[in-house]
Amino acid sequence: MSVFNIVITGVGGQGVLLASKVLAESALACGLDVKQNEVHGMAQRGGSVISFVRIGEKVYSPVVMPGAADILLSFEPLEALRYVHYLKPGGMLVYNKVTINPSTVASGMATYPANVEEQIGRACPNARGIDALAIAKEAGNAKAVNMVMVGAVAKSLQLDSQVVEGVVREVSKGKGIDVNLKAFNGGAVA
Amino acid sequence: MKKIISGNEAIALSFGDSGGVFASGYPGTPSTEVLEEVARIGEVYCEWASNEKVALEAVIGASIAGGRCLSTMKHVGVNVAADALMTLTYTGVNAGLILMVSDDPGQHSSQNEQDSRNYAKFAKVPMLDPADSQEAYDFVRAGFEISEQFDTPLMLRTTTRIAHAKGGVEQKVKIKPVVGEWVKNVPKYVMLPNYGKIKHVEVEARLLKLKEFAETTSLNRIEMDDTDLGILTSGVSYQHVKEACPNASVLKLGLVHPLPEKMIREFSAKVKRFMIVEEMDGIFEEQIRAMGIRVDVGKDRISYCGEVSPDIIRAALGDAITKSASPVADLPQRPPTFCPGCAHRGLFTILSKLNVFVSGDIGCYTLGALPPISAMHSSICMGASISAAHGMAKVNAIAGRTEKPVAVIGDSTFFHSGMTGLLSLAYNAGNALVIIMDNRTTAMTGGQDNPGSGQVLKGEISQQVNIVDLVKVLGIEHVVEINSYNLAETEASIKKGLETPGPYVLVDKNPCILRYRVKQPMLSVDHQKCTGCRVCLKVTCVALGLVADGDKMKVQIDPNICNGCGVCAQLCKFDAMSVAKGREKQ
Repeated sequence: MSVFNIVITGVGGQGVLLASKVLAESALACGLDVKQNEVHGMAQRGGSVISFVRIGEKVYSPVVMPGAADILLSFEPLEALRYVHYLKPGGMLVYNKVTINPSTVASGMATYPANVEEQIGRACPNARGIDALAIAKEAGNAKAVNMVMVGAVAKSLQLDSQVVEGVVREVSKGKGIDVNLKAFNGGAVA
Repeated sequence: MKKIISGNEAIALSFGDSGGVFASGYPGTPSTEVLEEVARIGEVYCEWASNEKVALEAVIGASIAGGRCLSTMKHVGVNVAADALMTLTYTGVNAGLILMVSDDPGQHSSQNEQDSRNYAKFAKVPMLDPADSQEAYDFVRAGFEISEQFDTPLMLRTTTRIAHAKGGVEQKVKIKPVVGEWVKNVPKYVMLPNYGKIKHVEVEARLLKLKEFAETTSLNRIEMDDTDLGILTSGVSYQHVKEACPNASVLKLGLVHPLPEKMIREFSAKVKRFMIVEEMDGIFEEQIRAMGIRVDVGKDRISYCGEVSPDIIRAALGDAITKSASPVADLPQRPPTFCPGCAHRGLFTILSKLNVFVSGDIGCYTLGALPPISAMHSSICMGASISAAHGMAKVNAIAGRTEKPVAVIGDSTFFHSGMTGLLSLAYNAGNALVIIMDNRTTAMTGGQDNPGSGQVLKGEISQQVNIVDLVKVLGIEHVVEINSYNLAETEASIKKGLETPGPYVLVDKNPCILRYRVKQPMLSVDHQKCTGCRVCLKVTCVALGLVADGDKMKVQIDPNICNGCGVCAQLCKFDAMSVAKGREKQ
């Protein structure tokens, strides 16, 4: 198996890092080598976040180069568009359709691209948008968007999706388990 | 069994497994999680110091008292601790001492891109540079051994992509901590000139011994393969090299100071093209060229700025790079910003309105420099806000300018090195308005405790310093508490502070809403009243947005994000914002 590259993007506070952790732990549980990497710090204050998960027999660099991602998983449409060039030709894009205004838009300095989904479709014709917020709310917590998104790609990871579900259980601990599993399964059928 | 952890977590884990007994540091991205993880594991005593110099000094004491010890900080923190480091290298250690420093190539969250390898050279101490989480784990143990064997402090250096990247780690057998003797040894630990002169000779001799050690240690290794290309590298660059040039021969350094000259000479002679891949400064290259060794590809092709990547290495070698699609142009940027409900928002809204010169500092409030608020005009290093404002005021007086500068600083930064600036300002009859945003946490690095939070790293309740009292003791007569959620009051207090000659300090005690999870009843907008004037948008809150209402764009508040602070509502001239119906008692 050559190295499988996943890029996860979103907005600080959306749980991109926990989603990355689930994917990385799942790969490890399947006996594979994995490197996971993101940049925290300034990104926590509502900034753009990008995280890399690389899975394979042997993984060296923790960084995914533009044009090399097998999967781009974006928690927000504008962030999908911002990082769509990370996808390799024929790569898979799944994004959450719920928009979050960046501060530049909230302050009136810029406008949110009105045709963002159309632009995503142009850049990646087989892109799939889901309403992860509605699914998360349905599962019982608006903050479970990250588990919905993990669910949405779980079957495409070349990993045993039972193992992924097990890791979701593990990272949820206590009362979050039911909500997170519902969110994860909701994402899987979205 | 392997676990997948970050470099920071690996260092913390290994510290406990390698007989460590005392750790002290100051938070700073990307180093912060090391001590947090030591505290979480809970086996070894650890603490946040008020700054990096204090942390390193405490660790020096711990070593003298016979305990293996660790000090953690980010690259710029070493500048603060350097005074201690430069003489610590003379005294050496009793028990093993590791100074861990995290560099930030690419400046993901730092004010500069300095390369800490320079400090190893400067202080003549050994430095280890791990290339993944496993090495981060292994090098802590090796570091203690080297430190004790050679009677030297050791620097363990990570970069953002080591500190925060996660990979598999195999734990080793735990070494039981043994605390040695508490030694009285005047010629070793009292650096009077006469003793210092003797120690300097020892430092030079030690460096020669470390050079010999570098030739034979397994920390440095050669992976001989195709001899057309040989690459010398270390740290995360090694991973990028393996990615970009899987067949090249590689000399991978784990001990990056001092360099193994013989090993490098022999390796470079065996390969047709000799390349050096190092992030930031050309420290290897300068030394290797000085050895008279031919370097075919190095800093002439790899920038001193930013991170190295597999593509950069391929490009430096002249290899073709698979061209990816270009990024989509002209997308709105998404910079970090004040959280919805953050107390800084009200303050900076007023500072922006008053159009004063704001001498800033390092913390979340530095985001007040970004447009459209744009109310910060300098930010250099920890603590500089107050001292720089003092210098500005003195020169303004000489120039006959009457405008008083405003310094803005947070609680943790004030304790770190703002206090000394304020003391000096009071002592030298300064003339600045100083605003201390006391949110009772070190917020920008994720909410660590500090002397004002009433709690220590390990969670126990502790002495809580009162900033207002402290400011008075430093010699400031005018100290006034403000509530920056109330814009009119805040504006009046700032104006009073600006009009009153001499030092004037305002203290806002509103807590960090993220750390202390503060939430007020959220607001909503009455579209009958909203005229779409957009004045409220200037507060730059991501909970605000525009929505079409008939032929006009009007403001709406995102109920998932609004924290109910009410700052935007105070800017509305039409009284269109109020607590959302049914949310009054949230």
